[in-house]
Amino acid sequence: MLRLHQNDQPLDPQSPLAIRGLSVSYGEKPALFSVDLTVAPRSMTAIIGPNGAGKSTLLKAALGVVPRLSGQVSIFGRALASERHRIAYVPQRASVDWDFPANVRDVVLMGLYGKIGLLRRIRRDDQAIAEDALARVGMQDFAHRQIGQLSGGQQQRVFLARSLAQNADLYLLDEPFAGVDAATEAAIISVLKKLKDEGKTVVAVHHDLSTVTAYFDHVAMINTRLIAEGPVAQAFTTAHLQEAYGGRLATAQIDRLREAGHY
Amino acid sequence: MGIMAFTLTYNVALVMFGAGVLGVAAGVTGTFMFLRKRALLSDAISHATLPGLCGGFMLMVALGGTGRALEGLLLGSAISAALGLLAVNFLKSRTRLSEDAAIGAVLSSFFGLGVVMLTLIQNMSAGRQAGLDQLLLGSTAAMLREDAEMIAIGAALVFMVGLVLHRAMTLTAFDENFARALGLNVPLIDAAAMALVLAVTVAGLKIVGLILIVALLIIPPVTARLWSNRAAYIWPIAGAIGGASGGASGLIGAGLSSLAPDLPTGAIIVLVAAGFFLISLLVAPARGVLASAMRHRKFQRRVHRRQGLLALAQGYRILEPYTRKLLQREGYVRADGVMTERGQSAATAAQRDEARLAYLRSKPDYAEFLSRHDGLSDLSRAFTRDELAHIDIRLEDAS
Repeated sequence: MLRLHQNDQPLDPQSPLAIRGLSVSYGEKPALFSVDLTVAPRSMTAIIGPNGAGKSTLLKAALGVVPRLSGQVSIFGRALASERHRIAYVPQRASVDWDFPANVRDVVLMGLYGKIGLLRRIRRDDQAIAEDALARVGMQDFAHRQIGQLSGGQQQRVFLARSLAQNADLYLLDEPFAGVDAATEAAIISVLKKLKDEGKTVVAVHHDLSTVTAYFDHVAMINTRLIAEGPVAQAFTTAHLQEAYGGRLATAQIDRLREAGHY
Repeated sequence: MGIMAFTLTYNVALVMFGAGVLGVAAGVTGTFMFLRKRALLSDAISHATLPGLCGGFMLMVALGGTGRALEGLLLGSAISAALGLLAVNFLKSRTRLSEDAAIGAVLSSFFGLGVVMLTLIQNMSAGRQAGLDQLLLGSTAAMLREDAEMIAIGAALVFMVGLVLHRAMTLTAFDENFARALGLNVPLIDAAAMALVLAVTVAGLKIVGLILIVALLIIPPVTARLWSNRAAYIWPIAGAIGGASGGASGLIGAGLSSLAPDLPTGAIIVLVAAGFFLISLLVAPARGVLASAMRHRKFQRRVHRRQGLLALAQGYRILEPYTRKLLQREGYVRADGVMTERGQSAATAAQRDEARLAYLRSKPDYAEFLSRHDGLSDLSRAFTRDELAHIDIRLEDAS
């Protein structure tokens, strides 16, 4: 395999998700080129960048959902294969067909696949986990609702409940706030903050720059390459935003964004 | 005469059994292809068996056999179907052709090649090819006990593999990315599903024939989808419909054999399965046409009832004839349009609900709470008595 990046240092054993020299391409154009990223433990990290910057691809490549051209990934300092059970992944809501024959509880129970396996019957304690996960996102009354009848915000909550059922240590979410109502956005962020308080690590692809400072404590800014990573105060700067977004953001806009979080 | 009647019954039972077990396996296998939105791929697989079938025949003749050993024919057809599948995958992954285009190209090319080979065989060795063309549309005339056993064993194996994999398959079909993130080997699951389709096709060659086996793979899950909104139930329903189609066509074929002795079984199976589909389309409760129409009518009644009651509460006369008839029939208004006592209280309740809803909508903090209500039914269905009392107090404070 083509090695575009050589780094002899071991990946950070403390970091829930450490990435070195990650490159991914669809066809000939690189979607990500030699990206290094070290997610801080117990952080809430936003992955931001313009459309087509490779934000979703970064999560997918870290999880092996799309193939890597080069690079290494470690989860809590170990190989992905042995730590998969500690990761919960929430794909983009629009990536599935919601007309699929399943009800809300069926979808949440999919989060228990790692625990239940191919054949074991679903027991009462599995049901209890699913019900608890639904209650945490305020969807306890919808367990038997056909998923096709849910609103966009409700669909997103179901996806979040499925990841909660996994009881993971690292949560990777792909645009969890895309196309949801304000009430759902508030409910989701409160669930994520509780996860952080429980000592879990949350990484979310995010595209609403105005809420970055309010929702997250760390940020990783990418545009095919990594532009900046670190605590919001250090990485979410005018210079970095301009580098990532180019002329798409005026300086005045950026100042307003940075001030949004400084209450 | 007595002996003839016995043979007929025995043969019919054999065919019913073979076709029934095959139908169950096909229904279960087809469900995954259907849920994965790849139903058409089964068609490519089955049509791609023909060149291998003919190739197997030719090879066996060349080696000095009669060319009619079923094992050889099945092996040949399995190989060429697998090649067809590889061709579809290659076209899709290397040329960025969409899957349906790749299927169309491969299906027709393989089938065309097969037809040419079949014609060659018929011209070269007249008489000896007897039976080969029966594998196109299926036949039960020459069904032997060994054939039925082979079909049953193959179908039972397919059924068991399907049972083991159905949870992983459902997960993959609904959310492939999530399945991969869990560490599921998605290409392997897809390959297993193809192998099952291949096995069903090959096992069904004798009874259903290669052209119409796809009906037994697709119609049962499509029919089952009309009956259930949950994948967990679609698998067994599809299996039952497939089994019933197979079994029933064995019986029907026997019944019609005196009228039309050469009726191909494949055609009967398709027609029986299509019959199940048509009936289900009408009467199935989940997605059937009648049930949908009834649900729509019911919903329309609710809308008209609510609109009518609100109009009454505000002192308007109801002009819409349907609303007036509905309210009258349900005892809310008298024939002359005057509210009854029942109408009076229902109208007041509807009016109060509207005021509560308007209040909830005006407060963004209640958005979460409000999402429990469908916007139409009585609030007492979505909220508890305490919650409603709470809203009413706020309402009074506000006014």
